[in-house]
Amino acid sequence: MDSPLRLIAANPVDRLARTVEALLVVASAPLSAAELAEAADDDVERVETALGLLSERYTDQRSGIVLERVAGGYAFRASREAADACSRLFERPVERGLSQAALETLAIVAYLGPCSRPEVARIRGVAADSAVASLVERGLVAESGRESAPGGAVRYRTTPLFERVFGLDSLAALPRLDDLGEDEGAIRERLLEVASARAS
Amino acid sequence: MAPTPVRELELALDAFEGPFDLLLTLLLKEELEPREVDIAAIVLAFVEYATERGELDLEACGEFLVLVSALLELKARVLFPDEAAELGELEPEEAAEELARRLAEYRRMKEAAAWLVERLAGEQDRWFRLGPAPLAPRGERRLAPQDPAALASALRSLAVPPPNVSLGHMALRFPPVSQFLERFRALLARRRRLDFDAEVGGLSRVEQAVAFLALLELRKTGEIELAQAAPFAPIRIVRAEPASFEEGVTRLDSERMDTWTARSA
Repeated sequence: MDSPLRLIAANPVDRLARTVEALLVVASAPLSAAELAEAADDDVERVETALGLLSERYTDQRSGIVLERVAGGYAFRASREAADACSRLFERPVERGLSQAALETLAIVAYLGPCSRPEVARIRGVAADSAVASLVERGLVAESGRESAPGGAVRYRTTPLFERVFGLDSLAALPRLDDLGEDEGAIRERLLEVASARAS
Repeated sequence: MAPTPVRELELALDAFEGPFDLLLTLLLKEELEPREVDIAAIVLAFVEYATERGELDLEACGEFLVLVSALLELKARVLFPDEAAELGELEPEEAAEELARRLAEYRRMKEAAAWLVERLAGEQDRWFRLGPAPLAPRGERRLAPQDPAALASALRSLAVPPPNVSLGHMALRFPPVSQFLERFRALLARRRRLDFDAEVGGLSRVEQAVAFLALLELRKTGEIELAQAAPFAPIRIVRAEPASFEEGVTRLDSERMDTWTARSA
């Protein structure tokens, strides 16, 4: 008989799995295995086993809830099946209406963070103040100290919410910068072509 | 239909909305930050305007190029104030490389942003709960068992007026001037000349000051003459002879004046 509850009941970490499940229901942000272990007053390895059991139970198609590994922790989300229903009832305030400027700024902070607004402006060639302010308001980036010089500019980094919204386990899940964009050499060649065309 | 002058080109940018010439005026008056102005958007607006007209107005294009290049230079100077000189010193080859490096960096970030957009589109059917985190419980403060009698005794000890602090050690005791008057008079009865420093050498500062007051008193009554070769030099006391008193004072005064004048000169 295909009963997920049986599966947990038969396992020695059954009780712990129920506790972890309860903690994840109450939490509004992903919880790491260490945080779960501390709250459950158990050790991390056993919590990870319990999480394995839970993820088996909450796989797509079996439940409307899915256990996912995101932003360096574990969290419940709705199954993709229920997305339409969710979208009829709920709003996505964090990512709705992100401008191109905000997205570029977000990419710079994600890859180069912590970095300051002048650094972002240097790369984009346009002041980043309003883009950064909008990202801070949405909770996608947050202040993270200052540049080391006296009176240094405030630095920003992406938040765990950024990783969660974009479905990343960590910033390491971003594609490598080298794999993106045009090769520096190609751009240089193009520039030189333009220059030589002008000279001739 | 007369072509619209470039100056009246209507712009709708993030930082500014209105005709082009007003934008330039605001920039020149420094009421608008050049770094806030998206120049690419201005160029786009102009290209759209030119496309709408359908014919190439060379004069308008030329005017636009001049204005927009000035704007670009202004913005570049604001964005890279320190690097203007640094870049100016570069060889053309190096400058092209530096430019290519920056363009490549920006291009990569644009691609990264595009990747984020794609990713977001793929995550549109991922719904999760958002909200402030439930608060962590506050640690309970544990108090040691308390005894009312101990509290009362602590309060009692606070209610006792503090003892008066003695300021005796701070008071200055001034011996009477008359004591020194008598002492100097007794000395002068026996000796004609005295050295002030030698007489008061063993006394405290306060006693020395009172002794000096006594000295001034004796000088006032004409009983002594005083001489000092220079400021801070030893003070010599000479018993005044009734006959030569006036003369002596004049001589000593002029002597002292000479010394001080010489010093100050």
